[in-house]
Amino acid sequence: MSTTDQIKDIAKQEYKWGFITDVDEDRLPPGLNEDVVRAISAKKEEPEFMTEWRLKSYRFWATQETSHAEPEWANVKYPPIDYQGLSYYSAPKQKKQLSSLEEVDPEILKTYAKLGIPLHEQKLLAGVAVDAVFDSVSVATTFKAKLSELGIIFCSFSEAVKNHPDLVKKYLGTVVPYTDNFFAALNSAVFSDGSFVYVPKGVRCPMELSTYFRINAQNTGQFERTLIIADEGAYVSYLEGCTAPVRDENQLHAAVVELIAHDNATIKYSTVQNWYPGDKEGKGGIYNFVTKRGKCLGKNSKISWTQVETGSAITWKYPSCILQGDNSVGEFYSVALTNNYQQADTGTKMIHIGKNTTSTIVSKGISAGHGQNTYRGMVKILKGATGARNYTQCDSLLIGDKCGAHTFPYIEVKNSTARMEHEASTSKIGEDQIFYLQQRGISKEEAVAMIINGFCKTVFRELPMEFAVEAQKLLSISLEGSVG
Amino acid sequence: MSLVEIKNLHASVNSNEILKGINLTVNAGEVHSIMGPNGSGKSTLAGVLARRESYTVTQGSITFNGKDLLQMKPEDAACEGLFLAFQYPVEIPGISNAYFLRAALNAIRKSRGQEELDAMDFLPLLREKMRLLEMDEKFLNRPVNEGFSGGEKKRNEIVQMAVLEPKLCVLDETDSGLDIDALKIVAKGVNAMRNKDRAMIVVTHYQRLLDYIVPDYVHVLVNGKIVKSGGPELALELEEKGYSWTEAEPAGARR
Repeated sequence: MSTTDQIKDIAKQEYKWGFITDVDEDRLPPGLNEDVVRAISAKKEEPEFMTEWRLKSYRFWATQETSHAEPEWANVKYPPIDYQGLSYYSAPKQKKQLSSLEEVDPEILKTYAKLGIPLHEQKLLAGVAVDAVFDSVSVATTFKAKLSELGIIFCSFSEAVKNHPDLVKKYLGTVVPYTDNFFAALNSAVFSDGSFVYVPKGVRCPMELSTYFRINAQNTGQFERTLIIADEGAYVSYLEGCTAPVRDENQLHAAVVELIAHDNATIKYSTVQNWYPGDKEGKGGIYNFVTKRGKCLGKNSKISWTQVETGSAITWKYPSCILQGDNSVGEFYSVALTNNYQQADTGTKMIHIGKNTTSTIVSKGISAGHGQNTYRGMVKILKGATGARNYTQCDSLLIGDKCGAHTFPYIEVKNSTARMEHEASTSKIGEDQIFYLQQRGISKEEAVAMIINGFCKTVFRELPMEFAVEAQKLLSISLEGSVG
Repeated sequence: MSLVEIKNLHASVNSNEILKGINLTVNAGEVHSIMGPNGSGKSTLAGVLARRESYTVTQGSITFNGKDLLQMKPEDAACEGLFLAFQYPVEIPGISNAYFLRAALNAIRKSRGQEELDAMDFLPLLREKMRLLEMDEKFLNRPVNEGFSGGEKKRNEIVQMAVLEPKLCVLDETDSGLDIDALKIVAKGVNAMRNKDRAMIVVTHYQRLLDYIVPDYVHVLVNGKIVKSGGPELALELEEKGYSWTEAEPAGARR
């Protein structure tokens, strides 16, 4: 069997986590208007300010929609989305607040078990607090007690709105305003739930915070909202990992993540994204249109994004940093893999405002099958950003001859003291490399996995240990059947 | 029984016939040298033995260790005990030498039903072999061949050979690009591996290497055929008279 055939075989592997859980859903009929927005807010028993904010967002989005302002600049293709054909709220039916896992719907627990999400003792041992988001509503939160001793707030977004409205009011929309873009506006109007983290002054969060998202209800766009605030001198590492079940129809996912780092604070945000990519012909799969942005508000603050994107039919995602505080640091480490008919347009924006701000971008794109992989990055040095530095490294690896890699780096410098470095490479996975490893006794499949993992090394080492192992496995699985 | 038996081997690359009827028998414990001018098919022969896919065998047979080598995938041949020291060792960015070699050794051990070695057992073994080839320990954690000099790459090949302990070592122009000091180190490493159970096929253009790795037999390959075979003295004669001298005489392929 030729290398090409073998890699094709790997690529042909079916999505491993395709199953559907039957849970009684409480959902709104399809369509979006002010009443729907009010209904969502009412269901969530939100305070007035939240309802008003949602409505403002909706009105802005509505003007965008009628003027057909849905962004079209991205290097991705998909049929028009019928926004009035989607249902904007669905929650597993639960009447009362839960105090322990035993009270959780057994069907939901089974889904977690299939996904291998160790919500119980394993996580306890591993020291990971899990805030599990199941189709928009948090059903279980662990470790809360331990975290609250330190004054750390880690809860679902809905809870934060109820219990910490001042913090939400102060920070929500300060990094990604609802006017930011079409999908951010939509999210702001109808977001269902998400995570909220606040780490107080001088506190170093002692464990990796982790949330598992899972899209379940058919035809329900999932609109997550995450807000993470690290106060002066605080440190937090947040992990986000996702899988979703097989569906025929495309599912829209438009999340917004906002990070705020005050003086001397550090936020590390890691993602492993493995949503259903569609079948081999490109049918089905998630549309992942996400706005992620962090603001280094204070001096010496640092925000670091690490992402491993292997899933979704279409990925449209640019985790960015606004480097406002002097000496602040922004980082973006990314591995994006597209196989079969997947399309990814991903990258970052580094906006240098403060003095002596530094940013690092390392992007590794892997394309196989008919996959199209685009890196789109912007580095902007504003006038006052004296002494700013950027290093960008952007590598693409092609597997087979039907895929594509594209790079669109934008650099805008308005201060002459800036130092910019940009390195880029495109290569094909080498028959020579594969043969070399095979000659040493390593099978072709393992050889390909090894070469890919080597290619992604600089990104993987930024991931927390157990996440890195998972990411490596995910890459091998996603590529099974594709090299040439 | 011989370790390797090549009979009437014809092989082509992109439909060009390169090997035109090779016959060669190699027994355990023997070192055979294949010499020949550029383009004579030396590297093709090495590649066919290692089961490189781009080489198509159109006729003939190769028996290795009593089995049909032409039915094996490259990794199967490796697990069966065939090692090719590459003329141009390949770089594998991001994968450390130690990690790669342990994966290789364990793949081979696994195929033989042996227990896999963990890092604690493996590293002392690797260090020992690296000392033999006078390679600094820093190469343990450097990505495979990346940024290595030509000489370092060749020494790294022999380190791998020493760790994997193959039955048949095929050395493809291991002397190319080596200065005399590096050549001596490589030869020392190779000679340390000579024993009654192991055979070697040393492919080279120049006689120089054979001053240090003295073969039992020398075969001259010209235009895809073995045209002359003899003892180590044949290499010296070639050095003196050049390859054109052999072309005049008819082939006596078998030793």
